[in-house]
Amino acid sequence: MTSDTTTLERPHTDAAPPLDHSLLEIRGILKVFPGVVALDKVSFQLKAGTVHALMGENGAGKSTLMKIISGIYLPDQGDIFLRGEKITLKSPIDALNQGIAMIHQELNLMPHMTVAENVWITREPKNRFGFVDHKELNRKTAALFAELSIDIAPDVEIQNLSVASRQMVEIAKAVSYNSDVLIMDEPTSALTETEVAHLFNIIRNLRKQGKGIIYITHKMNELFEIADEFSVFRDGQYIATCASSDVTRDDIIRMMVGREIKQMFPKQDVPIGDVVLSVQDLCLEGVFQNITFDIRAGEILGMAGLVGSGRSNVAEALFGVVPATSGTIAINGVGVEIDTPAAALAAGMAFLTEDRKETGCFLSLDIQDNMGAAVLNQNYVTKGFVQSKSLNRDCMEMAQRLRVKTPSMSEVIQNLSGGNQQKVLVGRWLLTHPKILILDEPTRGIDVGAKAEIHKLVSELAGQGVAILMISSEMPEVLGMSDRIMVMHEGRLTGILDRKDADQVSIMDLAAK
Amino acid sequence: MNTTSVPKAMHSIAKPTLKLPPEFSIFLVLVGICVFFEAIGWYLNDQSFMFNLERLKIIILQMSVIGIIAIGVNMVIITGGIDLSSGSVVAAAAVVSASLAQVSDFPRAIFPELTNLHVFWPLMAGIFVGLIAGALNGSLIAMTGIPPFIATLGLMVAARGFAKWFTGGMPVSMLTDDFAWLGEGGNPVVIFLVIAAIFHVVLRYTRFGKYTYAIGANRQAARVSGINVNRHLIWIYAIAGLLSGIAGTVTAARAISGQSGMGVMYELDAIAAVVIGGTSLVGGVGRITGTVIGVLILGVMTSGFTFIRIDAYYQEMVKGAIIVAAVIADQYRNKKKRV
Repeated sequence: MTSDTTTLERPHTDAAPPLDHSLLEIRGILKVFPGVVALDKVSFQLKAGTVHALMGENGAGKSTLMKIISGIYLPDQGDIFLRGEKITLKSPIDALNQGIAMIHQELNLMPHMTVAENVWITREPKNRFGFVDHKELNRKTAALFAELSIDIAPDVEIQNLSVASRQMVEIAKAVSYNSDVLIMDEPTSALTETEVAHLFNIIRNLRKQGKGIIYITHKMNELFEIADEFSVFRDGQYIATCASSDVTRDDIIRMMVGREIKQMFPKQDVPIGDVVLSVQDLCLEGVFQNITFDIRAGEILGMAGLVGSGRSNVAEALFGVVPATSGTIAINGVGVEIDTPAAALAAGMAFLTEDRKETGCFLSLDIQDNMGAAVLNQNYVTKGFVQSKSLNRDCMEMAQRLRVKTPSMSEVIQNLSGGNQQKVLVGRWLLTHPKILILDEPTRGIDVGAKAEIHKLVSELAGQGVAILMISSEMPEVLGMSDRIMVMHEGRLTGILDRKDADQVSIMDLAAK
Repeated sequence: MNTTSVPKAMHSIAKPTLKLPPEFSIFLVLVGICVFFEAIGWYLNDQSFMFNLERLKIIILQMSVIGIIAIGVNMVIITGGIDLSSGSVVAAAAVVSASLAQVSDFPRAIFPELTNLHVFWPLMAGIFVGLIAGALNGSLIAMTGIPPFIATLGLMVAARGFAKWFTGGMPVSMLTDDFAWLGEGGNPVVIFLVIAAIFHVVLRYTRFGKYTYAIGANRQAARVSGINVNRHLIWIYAIAGLLSGIAGTVTAARAISGQSGMGVMYELDAIAAVVIGGTSLVGGVGRITGTVIGVLILGVMTSGFTFIRIDAYYQEMVKGAIIVAAVIADQYRNKKKRV
């Protein structure tokens, strides 16, 4: 695809060469995935000796852009210039050799090898017999670390290091390739405050050396502390670049949120009944603390927050997948002990999990068996034998109601599209006739049509008096569907907004403390 | 699963295709092997391989012990596990059941006070030994989370050791006619087929069966669907052990002797039969009918090679090749399906 972009006559490739001070420039990058434009002709510039933050909601296109810059994806259109010269990146190694290094959110170090071995992997110094020269290896590592003021012994094994120290090793490794462009994706997500301070010192040090650092973060205060400039992305489009000294936090949130949301969600007004689920001071040590909320019959409680804020963990605790360590759960005013999913099911709960493949589908089984899996716990069984006739009939009715597209109920679920798989899983839980329905990202990765059908169904269920807790990373979905919205940030409940008071700005404000 | 007819409203692309059961291809292989030996038989020996009632009886009789084990191993593998302990459990059950089946006029009986017992008692003892061994496997796997390969490997070594200790290395002999009856004539075959039928029904028509497939297909999803995965796994391994216990008792009855060296490599024959029968080692896929056909394929091959007078060493090499070929074919079939 790079070959035809070079032959294409497009206005911005003919434009003036990049300015002298731009270290990395991308122009008109287009990346299309099946069914979605991930990046729509995006451009931006990284200057040498600056820290440039990328801002945007989940799904705005930041990660895709970084994957293109680090050679993981090839762009469908557009050009990348490094120090004014046009480059083509075919692989991450290619990018590394050209001086662009990415430090991933999930670290890629080998736990059983030493720090030095990890840093210089595939580039180990050899002695005259062709064996790895460990003395030289450790010396080189110590020199590198000294330069970056990192205080870690080169010969300890990675597995004995804290997450923060591993992060430092990753950074040193990236620098060791003489990279001029360093990309950091949420580097502070697992660090304590002092560790963050140390990391920032290292980053400032690198900046002084003239490196360009692209920094992805969801944390506003970090932005003002470390970044010189930032660029905002939204829905795959580049919005603006500003110097961080010129703007306020609210300006940035407004830029990130941007559009007005249209009323595309068939939320019905339904009578709200009594409190069905009451959660008091729910904690899971080290994950989330003091979560307190109620859901009433017929109510949809949306749950917003960034990825990693603990939303899914709360849902898992409510359903007994990973039981909470303290706090109380009451259903219809009666306290219940939920230590396993089976107990949650018995208490009238249902839980559509976030990850269809990992915790949802039985990929090798057919639609019938996938749909009937949860209800067998309570119903359709006499003396251990499954009442196949009535179960098959009810599953079929459910499949028709949800409009699952399939040649037959004995089709293996693996052969269905994501949206149809999701419908089957929704059907699995509806067959149990839950009083409380927990939906974790119910429309992730499915097409618009199936999305609308699931939204309609959720609304209908609320109309029938089901209490619904809906986690979603899609702002329009949360705003469009919920009666109230609770927002989480770093394991804490930062606020519950009423439908009439909630908008994207108020949610982002609570989600990005 | 029964293919229920789906009303038109549900789908736009209804294509009523004749769906063959997944065992059909493996059944064809069985037929092919039989035809092969039949042809060679007429050419070399001037007699029929298949149309010989005596031979057919021996084929099934020889394989029925492996078959009984394979039923349990099949269920273990459907859950995504493995059981390496079956052969050693056979030995343990064989020596214990035999020790309770000795005649009263044998002066060196292991339990002199417990001789001339009704066949019920040694049978129960054999089943009990198997059940305990299996429950131990299951509990280790469920409670500690160690891989089934390791847990059952441990028991494989330990149960064999138990059998040697129990007998002091000597055969347990002088058994009652009552006990020997278990292994006579077609009795082992009947036991095998009854067990196969029972577990065929269990897997296809009961909640226990549905849960077995669900756990093998996706353990996490099974737990979230309200299945008590740990308890279920303990049961599965306990049943597999119990069936090995029955197999051990039958083995002792057939030999009219209990020996600590019985059942060596039986676990591998059982696993081979299960895999040839189309059960996926990844879990979530497999049927009893396939396993029965897999057992028959192994039996026919052993008998056929002897029939055409191929050296026993060659037989093993070919058997190894066929097991591997079966898995490769299975993988290929799965890959094709996914495209």
